Amino acid sequence: MEIRKIDAYKITETVKKLYTDMNYFIGDDIINALKNAESSETGLIGKNVISQLIENNRIAAEEEVPICQDTGMAVLFVEYGERVVIENGSFEDAVQEGVRRAYIDGYLRKSVVDDPIFDRINTKDNTPAIIYTSIVPGDRIKILAGCKGFGSENMSAVKMLTPSAGIDGVKEFILDTVRYAGPNPCPPIVVGIGIGGTFEKAAMLAKKATLRPIDTSNPDSRYAALENELLLEINKMGFGPAGLGGNNTALGLNIEYFPTHIAGMPVAVNICCHAARHKEAVI
Amino acid sequence: MTKKITLPLTDEIIADLNAGDSVLITGAMITGRDAAHKRLFELIEQGKNLPVDINGEVIYYVGPAPAKPGHAVGPAGPTSSYRMDKYTPALLERGLKGMIGKGARSNEVIESMIKNGAVYFAAIGGAAALISKSIKKIEILAYEDLGTEAIYRFYVEDFPAIVAIDSKGNNILSKG
Repeated sequence: MEIRKIDAYKITETVKKLYTDMNYFIGDDIINALKNAESSETGLIGKNVISQLIENNRIAAEEEVPICQDTGMAVLFVEYGERVVIENGSFEDAVQEGVRRAYIDGYLRKSVVDDPIFDRINTKDNTPAIIYTSIVPGDRIKILAGCKGFGSENMSAVKMLTPSAGIDGVKEFILDTVRYAGPNPCPPIVVGIGIGGTFEKAAMLAKKATLRPIDTSNPDSRYAALENELLLEINKMGFGPAGLGGNNTALGLNIEYFPTHIAGMPVAVNICCHAARHKEAVI
Repeated sequence: MTKKITLPLTDEIIADLNAGDSVLITGAMITGRDAAHKRLFELIEQGKNLPVDINGEVIYYVGPAPAKPGHAVGPAGPTSSYRMDKYTPALLERGLKGMIGKGARSNEVIESMIKNGAVYFAAIGGAAALISKSIKKIEILAYEDLGTEAIYRFYVEDFPAIVAIDSKGNNILSKG
């Protein structure tokens, strides 16, 4: 079996660029969705809010400064080709160093504290990043990186529904979670839904769903239809841009699913603000 | 119509602000978010003096990103206000006159705002790069060890916001 050697420095540089770029340059899917929202928004204040968000994203890209001051906690989904060997360091350290360099050199905010209850002392470099790795065939490393602000993260929820709840139970939980979040998570939001698996798998799927471009649909037409239906329902709620009223409460909704147990139907709702920042690289 | 207002907020200015008004704010405000609020609240509970006189002040809930060279401040949009709700009535009792944040407030906060004649402004969450253009100068007032969560003095010109809850308790934040 042929191995491929990758220098740890290459990983660090790649991760650093993913993080600075995602924070300065919002994706085309969001740019287009905001433009559509600007023309479809019926609320006067709401329309003005969308215009300001478009202008904000333009300024951020032009000046290469973060779109939002909450540059989030770093989350990475990695597909690691089993024929890759890292030279001059370890994979984990190389990724953490990339995040560290991006947040320090890129003027991103350091928002991570070392322990959740007692000390809460800022680690000053935004590490540790959260890394989910799966080993796959091949000699490449694919990195899907995101940064998650906590205004919206705090509005997220997981529920262990059981099969009798059915599709109506799934819809009810998702819509209740978005309604409870209301004006807080920086609407217009992006909603990531994970259905199936186990308790933690559903949550990971929901996170991954927030990292999928919002101009894509689930390949299963039944789930794609559910995505469209839920998005329409959310936009009837009336929260609107910045929660100041209007018909654009969400820009997109993505569902990811996974096989689950005969007794279960876990559902996770991960809410993301309009600054849905993610970027991918293959090494 | 957009109202231009100057800080500090007087009772006359506050009385003239109604929920739904767009405003451009000029003057000096303080900043503070979760960790600073916790410390201020604990000092108030212990009957001690605060490191910053909040009487008559407007507080902006923000933790700015670092400034690039040549910039006065990094992107600095509002953080979610509800996390400050537990501490806010005690600050209003000490004379705080205005708050700038994003999202909903608790009934306790709104009642205290009516009682103490204060106003709550919504800034646009996620418009951090745009908002930072109106922040001309910043300096640290207290709690430097908290980094981005320290209490700063922000000098702003035409800072864009919307009156979300006025001193009469009128609230435009959508209940959905």
